[in-house]
Amino acid sequence: MIEAKNISKWFDGQRILYDISATFDTGKTNLIIGQSGSGKTVFMKCLIGLLTPEEGSIYYDGRRFRSMNDQEKRKLRMEIGVLFQGSALFDNETVLGNVMFPLKMFSPLSHEEQLERAHFCIQRVGLTNADNKYPSEISGGMQKRVAIARAIALNPKYLFCDEPNSGLDPRTSILIDELLSDITHEYGITTIINTHDMNSVLGIGEKIVFINKGHCDWIGNDKNIFRSTSQSLNDFVFASQLFHEVKNFLEREYQAEEKE
Amino acid sequence: MLFNSAATFGKYCLFIVQVFHSPDKWKEFFKKLVFEISKLGVDSIPLVLIISLFIGAVITIQMVLNTTSPLIPAYSTGLATREILLLEFSSTMMCLILAGKVGSNIASEIGTMRVTEQIDALDIMGINSANFIVLPKIVGFVFFVPVLCVFSMFVGLIGGWIIAEFTAMISVENYVFGIQSFFTEWYVWYGIIKTVIFAFIIASVSAYYGYFVKGGSREVGRASTKAVVSSSILILFFDVILTKLLLQ
Repeated sequence: MIEAKNISKWFDGQRILYDISATFDTGKTNLIIGQSGSGKTVFMKCLIGLLTPEEGSIYYDGRRFRSMNDQEKRKLRMEIGVLFQGSALFDNETVLGNVMFPLKMFSPLSHEEQLERAHFCIQRVGLTNADNKYPSEISGGMQKRVAIARAIALNPKYLFCDEPNSGLDPRTSILIDELLSDITHEYGITTIINTHDMNSVLGIGEKIVFINKGHCDWIGNDKNIFRSTSQSLNDFVFASQLFHEVKNFLEREYQAEEKE
Repeated sequence: MLFNSAATFGKYCLFIVQVFHSPDKWKEFFKKLVFEISKLGVDSIPLVLIISLFIGAVITIQMVLNTTSPLIPAYSTGLATREILLLEFSSTMMCLILAGKVGSNIASEIGTMRVTEQIDALDIMGINSANFIVLPKIVGFVFFVPVLCVFSMFVGLIGGWIIAEFTAMISVENYVFGIQSFFTEWYVWYGIIKTVIFAFIIASVSAYYGYFVKGGSREVGRASTKAVVSSSILILFFDVILTKLLLQ
């Protein structure tokens, strides 16, 4: 479990995050949602340790990040897998080289075992015949899969995904969501996904943290998001006509259930 | 402006401290080192050879045309060509040219890695990204640049010899006698010492500008330009200091 307590962050005197507190459960897909510019990427970077919040603390299974020494932080980083928005694959490495990279740097396994593990991860994300291709030679969806394979290569306890669906078509987005959800449940990972894709919210949002203008406005899940009384959340969720209709449909369903 | 310069210098020093750590994996370091020697050093050989050959030829022609006095011995053309090549061209001028080629290459490559979050990915894995990316570049370039310097000296002299051989401006005997006369071995070492220091400046300053890029492709281009300009100015500045220190 990852716990954020009263996280505040400033950039050049401007406050970006306001006392955000949230917990992210183990073995669940935890989503951070919000409009572009709401501060969700900054919040996630604070959680990962790429940014240092001016106030507040982050706990990884009870271990306070700020209190860790360099050795402990290094050890923790090996337990973290990150899927970046642009995949962040190494240009000069092939698909296999990218997945092998964390294994080569940190794993005590022999070269053959590392290769076996890398092939397993590549197959697990559904990639075939792509081992020797470079990132520039594969599609955006495939790049995301490679990035996921690299992120899970060291069996991480925590998986962070920054907008995994950005730039992907709806079908591929769903496949990536399903893959992340499957991996989370299969390996019992604490997965945190940063997104503003409502399909992801409804598809895999086991726990949802809504951030609005740097404030945590709502915490819930995909079941009760349509029943929220938070005005800012409703403005975000029902921004499109489609979701208005979904809401109306669900309300009718709930009423029918209640009558029964 | 003074405060900004001091802040930049301080940030650069901290960056260098971060770079000069023991690598996480020596095997990976040596693999990258060989790659960087090939990319930054070996790939620069054709450029160095072509420029040195032509500049050596031009220096010889200029010397012949501008030393027509009967009081100046004929061999002085070869002697002056050699001294210019050894003392300034093959070290300072060559490094200024390499600042353009290698400096922009390093800054744009690292800058692109920054804006595409590849450096963040390394940091997240617990890898010292500055050390992992930059150290092989600095060591590789510093290690190989003396070779480029010696090649440049040698090929520059060949350029002058070609003029002597294929034109009637100066006899080959006079030219060869000139380049052998009053030879000071220290000048070769002086050139090599300068190139090693200049290579460190080029690689580290360019890496610094690339590493701290913020934004997108426009900023990467700007960082690349800054890297070349700053490296060139520092090379000229250190040329004065080193000349004073090493030749006086």
